[in-house]
Amino acid sequence: MTAQPPVPSKQKRPFFLRRGPMENIATGLIGLGFLMLFQPFLLIFYTWSLVTLLAGTVMFIIVSKFPE
Amino acid sequence: MTARIRNRTGQFFRMRRFKTQVKSVTDTSSTILGEAVARATPAPIASRIRGLSDRSMAWLFITPAIALLLAVNIFPLIWAIYLSFTNFRANRPNAALESVGLSNYSRVLNDPNIWQAMQTTAHFVFWTILLQTLIGFSLAYLIDRKFRGHAFWTTIILVPMMLSPAVVGNFWRFLYQPQIGLFNHIVSFLTGIPPSSFEMLGSVRLSPWAIIIVDTWMWTPYVMLICLAGLRSIPDYIYEAAEVDRASLWRQFWSITLPMALPFIMLAVLFRGIENFKMFDMVTLLTGGGPGSTTEVASITLKREAFESWRTGRASAFAIILFVAVFGLANIYVKALNKVKQR
Repeated sequence: MTAQPPVPSKQKRPFFLRRGPMENIATGLIGLGFLMLFQPFLLIFYTWSLVTLLAGTVMFIIVSKFPE
Repeated sequence: MTARIRNRTGQFFRMRRFKTQVKSVTDTSSTILGEAVARATPAPIASRIRGLSDRSMAWLFITPAIALLLAVNIFPLIWAIYLSFTNFRANRPNAALESVGLSNYSRVLNDPNIWQAMQTTAHFVFWTILLQTLIGFSLAYLIDRKFRGHAFWTTIILVPMMLSPAVVGNFWRFLYQPQIGLFNHIVSFLTGIPPSSFEMLGSVRLSPWAIIIVDTWMWTPYVMLICLAGLRSIPDYIYEAAEVDRASLWRQFWSITLPMALPFIMLAVLFRGIENFKMFDMVTLLTGGGPGSTTEVASITLKREAFESWRTGRASAFAIILFVAVFGLANIYVKALNKVKQR
């Protein structure tokens, strides 16, 4: 019976540097911005749609360069 | 054992010799071709090229394409972004430009008329894409059955796509005429409503649908063509295996046909979506944005802001907003497309 050497655990990247979840957030922002831009209900949503869209798009461009 | 090893070694060396011979023949022919090209190249150019590395040569070949792309695509985009922060008016090109900060964006995003145009665009894009995808895929599915004369019918179906939007706009105006138009008479024949009792292009309720019908008529063949390419790319052996497993036609459609044609359908939707956001010519010819502003899509509002109200800086801001929307959506759409392809 030999003792197994301890396997070094792979260090997890912080949440905001992980590609998968951040890409999902960016996608959600783009989708939300798009709906806000074309919805017929409230002008205030239309007013803030560009900021939401732009935030999502810039975020998507940045996080899609992160390693998998 | 030794004999077998010797035999295998012999085979290996024979194969290697053969490969070497093939390689030498290929090398010889490419050398002859290279020499011929070198002889045909004028001496001054040849002496200049000889000193260049492979990387430099590659750059030399792609530079004209990059320069053209920058001049035609990138420069106008950057110029439009710059103009969107100024008070530029196209009717006063020599007036000094003043920076107005984010005021153009603020005005566009608080204007109820532009908001209305966005809703009209969304209505137009949603219904045209839905109808074109459904009808286009159904037609592709039928054509893929390879019935007698399918090639002839494919050609007939593709005709509207080949026409110019200007021609289509003009003849659909005639078709929609309440007194003499064929469309009204067909509707009258099918429903019993008198043909001159409704006006497709003059009615607030019907005019958006009139444009949707024309766009669907014109561009469904395009979607059909892409879907047909997708359906033809599905190998027959998958259907044969499904038949061996006694899968019903319905099951085959949902488990084989649709999933395997989905990347193509998505591609068609992406192309049509981008194109329909920019729809201008057909709407201008059919209704000109009217009656009132019922069919005034975003691109018509944009043109009016830029070249009728002469608020070109504000129109540039509007164009950039549309660009960001389409660019953002295309990004997530391409991501979804890649996921579907990887399945």
